[in-house]
Amino acid sequence: MTFTIDSLVTTDLVALDLVAADRRATIEALADRLAAAGRLTDRDGFVEAVWAREQETGGTGMESGIAIPHAKHAGVTQPSVVVATVPGGVDFGAEDAPADLVFLIAAPAGADDVHITVLSKLARRLVHESFRTALRQAPSAEAVISILKEQIQ
Amino acid sequence: MKLVAVTACPTGIAHSAMAAEALEVAAREAGHEIETEIQGAAGGPGLSAATIAAADAVVFAVDAGVRDRDRFAALPSVEVRTRRAIDHAGEVIDQVEAAARRAPAGPATAGSGTPAAPMTSAAPEGASPAEQFRIWLMTGVSYMLPFVVAGGILIALGFSIGGATRVTGVKDWPVLGDVFTSKLLVGALLFKIGAVAFSMLVPVLAGYIAFGMVDRPGIAPGIVAGLIATQLNAGFLGGIAGGLLAGAVVMLLMRIKVPGTLSKMMPVMVYPVVATLVTGAILVLVIGNPIASAQSGLTNWLTDLQGTNAVFLGLLIGAMMAFDMGGPVNKAAYAFGLASLDSGNFAVMAAVMIAGMTPPLGLALATTLRPRHFTEPERESGKAAWLLGLSFITEGAIPFAAADPLRVIPALMAGSATAGAISMAVDAQLRAPHGGIFVLGLIDGKIGFLLAGVVGTAVTAAGVVLLKSLGRDKAVGLGDATAASSARAGQGVTARA
Repeated sequence: MTFTIDSLVTTDLVALDLVAADRRATIEALADRLAAAGRLTDRDGFVEAVWAREQETGGTGMESGIAIPHAKHAGVTQPSVVVATVPGGVDFGAEDAPADLVFLIAAPAGADDVHITVLSKLARRLVHESFRTALRQAPSAEAVISILKEQIQ
Repeated sequence: MKLVAVTACPTGIAHSAMAAEALEVAAREAGHEIETEIQGAAGGPGLSAATIAAADAVVFAVDAGVRDRDRFAALPSVEVRTRRAIDHAGEVIDQVEAAARRAPAGPATAGSGTPAAPMTSAAPEGASPAEQFRIWLMTGVSYMLPFVVAGGILIALGFSIGGATRVTGVKDWPVLGDVFTSKLLVGALLFKIGAVAFSMLVPVLAGYIAFGMVDRPGIAPGIVAGLIATQLNAGFLGGIAGGLLAGAVVMLLMRIKVPGTLSKMMPVMVYPVVATLVTGAILVLVIGNPIASAQSGLTNWLTDLQGTNAVFLGLLIGAMMAFDMGGPVNKAAYAFGLASLDSGNFAVMAAVMIAGMTPPLGLALATTLRPRHFTEPERESGKAAWLLGLSFITEGAIPFAAADPLRVIPALMAGSATAGAISMAVDAQLRAPHGGIFVLGLIDGKIGFLLAGVVGTAVTAAGVVLLKSLGRDKAVGLGDATAASSARAGQGVTARA
């Protein structure tokens, strides 16, 4: 089976101009999107797993202003990414760099190589500033999806 | 500059991929070539041995343990957390470039270090004792492997060109004219060169186990320990013991603090002389006699058993052949086979030979069936092991056994015991002391002999796969708690120069 960015993220899973009090609230808000899309059967368990990763890594925020909270969890029904822009910024543990671009990555416990490959392609693109800038400036959820499609083959 | 990088994180989803991309971009911007290996949930192709050999330095961007770290033992290295590689890839590349420039070129001098300072070992800090032990063994095995492949394939070719029973009878080195006139002497040339390569197996294993423990000061006492183990007929297990002993002695010597100018003497004079003497003396005086008496005791015991149940004898001989492959137990079984041959009993030699063929064959089969249980070099040498096994070159199994003795040796013994028992049960007869498949013509009861080989190989492979999948720590980087807990704290330059 071919597995592409289409099945990873849909317009339902794009949250533009999110307002959230802190890191925990951001993760919860994005996890709610996954649950609402039927991609998450154990919302609370998943949030805890993501939170545990945040603690382990000292935060998944990068100095480039992105954050990649993520977990593998049995409650995830299919590999998914929630993309959020947070113009106000939210602390994800990077020094002096609140995250304004957040990618919540959810992988099923038994995710296979095909899924992981697409996720790592996305992760690789995040390193490129042009990609981040394009996402930050995207006017709509549809625009976000088309940028992702264009950049991740 | 040619760089390689390994990135790893516990879940293997995000950080490792980002770090790889960031390092690739930064390295290319700085005008370097780079190849990366992402160790995570997705397997993906690893760095090839050739790529690593050609590299000037390695970057580890890891939040988890590095799989098969010893592949990079010869390279100057920089180790950082993935986050630093993502946020400041350019600086990390500058660091590794500096580390590469500080290090003298070539693996021979890597890790030579400031003489008086404690040497860094190839094992990651914080590795458990069992893990550390395994890394030491793997270091020795990785340097031994080319000798096994070179020696094994040359001997097998020599057998096939000149005839197995005839090439081994050639006493002198052939001269130039011989190779144009005599196929036998061409075969003998290959056989003899291969045999010399094989004579280095145990010394190189021992020397580089000690190198894995204490870096360069370990090599001389370790190699001498291996040579002594060979002379004592202690086999590769004796070599492992000798290498570990040499490394331990050097470790103790390094703890001795001496003032000023004397400290310069330590690596030049004291380490080589004292470590070689102490290691050698302990081996000769402590294990020399027991090994010799064990071997003659076992041979006598087998002689007494002659005439008892043939199948039981085959079972026993088979297990002995596979136990230490060239050590005293194996030699006792082989000597018993030769003695039986001389006295006109040809069944024992058939059992001896098939039991000596199944260890490499079974491992070759296991690497084909379950490649994930084996390291990349093991998988590659598994291909050569087919030929080595068919040629009755049991040494083809030594690298696997030395790298993981507790799992591999019992499986080899089970398969060889099965093969030996079947061969005796069907009363296969063999009139040559070596040659494997090349002396099939000299075997009576070929079908039964081959059946013994096939079943023995299958039992060996099944045993190896079973034992390798039992009780093994999950490979690091698979997103489990063990990987996270083995994450290395802090970031820092660990240039080995």
